[in-house]
Amino acid sequence: MKISMTVNGKAVSGDVEGRTLLSGFLREHLSLTGTHVGCDTAQCGACVVHVNGEAVKSCNMLAAEADGADVGTIEGQANADGSLNVIQQAFQDHHGLQCGFCTPGMVMSAAALLKENPRPTEAEIRKYLEGNLCRCTGYHNIVKAIMAASGQDVSSIAAE
Amino acid sequence: MYSFDFEKPSTIADAVAALGAEDAQALGGGQTLIPTLKQRLAAPSKLVSMSGIAEMQGVCAEDDGSVSIGGATTHATVALDTAATYPALAALAGQIGDPAVRNRGTIGGSVANNDPAACYPAGVLGSGATIVTNARQIAADAFFEGMFTTALDEGEIITSIRFPVPQAASYQKFLQPASRFALVGVYLARFADGVRVAVTGASEDGVFRWSEAEEALDKEFRPDALMGLRINPANMIADLHGSKEYRAHLVSVMTKRAIEACM
Repeated sequence: MKISMTVNGKAVSGDVEGRTLLSGFLREHLSLTGTHVGCDTAQCGACVVHVNGEAVKSCNMLAAEADGADVGTIEGQANADGSLNVIQQAFQDHHGLQCGFCTPGMVMSAAALLKENPRPTEAEIRKYLEGNLCRCTGYHNIVKAIMAASGQDVSSIAAE
Repeated sequence: MYSFDFEKPSTIADAVAALGAEDAQALGGGQTLIPTLKQRLAAPSKLVSMSGIAEMQGVCAEDDGSVSIGGATTHATVALDTAATYPALAALAGQIGDPAVRNRGTIGGSVANNDPAACYPAGVLGSGATIVTNARQIAADAFFEGMFTTALDEGEIITSIRFPVPQAASYQKFLQPASRFALVGVYLARFADGVRVAVTGASEDGVFRWSEAEEALDKEFRPDALMGLRINPANMIADLHGSKEYRAHLVSVMTKRAIEACM
């Protein structure tokens, strides 16, 4: 079936099967491979994208369900001039990634969190990231990066 | 996943018609169904999405004081939109899965699936809610028929669920942190005409009412009222996360916490 949607501000369309996942459509039809598929069971959160502004796990949503939607992926997060946005820059500054596999999902979840809660506490950040797993277990610096991206002091967050 | 057709009707009537096809299945948010399809544990010929049906969306306060929630309403919306009218239910919805799952998963999908460890069945049974389908209204007490089994007929859709709002209520969830389901969850609701206690995550038969606790609490509403009462472990779920005895014990502990939260 034919579907069309807006991805990172651009109109796209494609011919998909009923069973095509949104993650598969993004990666295989549009070659937007920044969205990672980690567990494929909706637990790890590496595939988080925004659909009509809300964070969803794209490996757990049919592409056909996103027909007509406004989709945002990690590829659309940088500033217009190509520089890293404030969340991405904070991840770099605070070493919020090790192997980098979970990072696209972490950044997309962080962006959704900061949209609804611009100055979250450390506890609120950790709670919001319950569906994003980092197998390097680098959570402290991810939390620190999100605190920094929201313009808050990060000195109180444990350094280990 | 096996191959299937996909349809997204915009009215309940069209959805019912689409579900008339052989082996067609309704799709809520897909947060359980899609992983099930990936495991090839189901092979529907067609998925009929509920997400495009406007009349199944949202939360509505009724004139009689009850709260009516459209079957295709996401957990995130329930968490937000019942916070003022039915805070215990909002708290339950806000503890399901994680934020991304709550943005897709729906109340109708969860209740129709009747997972033995899901949160919503406890909220629905504990509240004595009414399940409204395209064909009829079903009392919660007659709806849940055992693990993954409900009174729904083939092709029947939960269009909304109507919750009477109790004087006080609390959902106490002992989280299984890997699955984010309840290892044991207790929903306690105190109405003018009695207390209801619904337990999820514990029984081989799925969600159930702990009637002995309800009777004791009707006489005396305090945690000590449960003294001497215990759940028979024989019918409890045992898995690597907890034995039958452990779950039976947790039911008492979580019920006591719910009582304290309502006092």
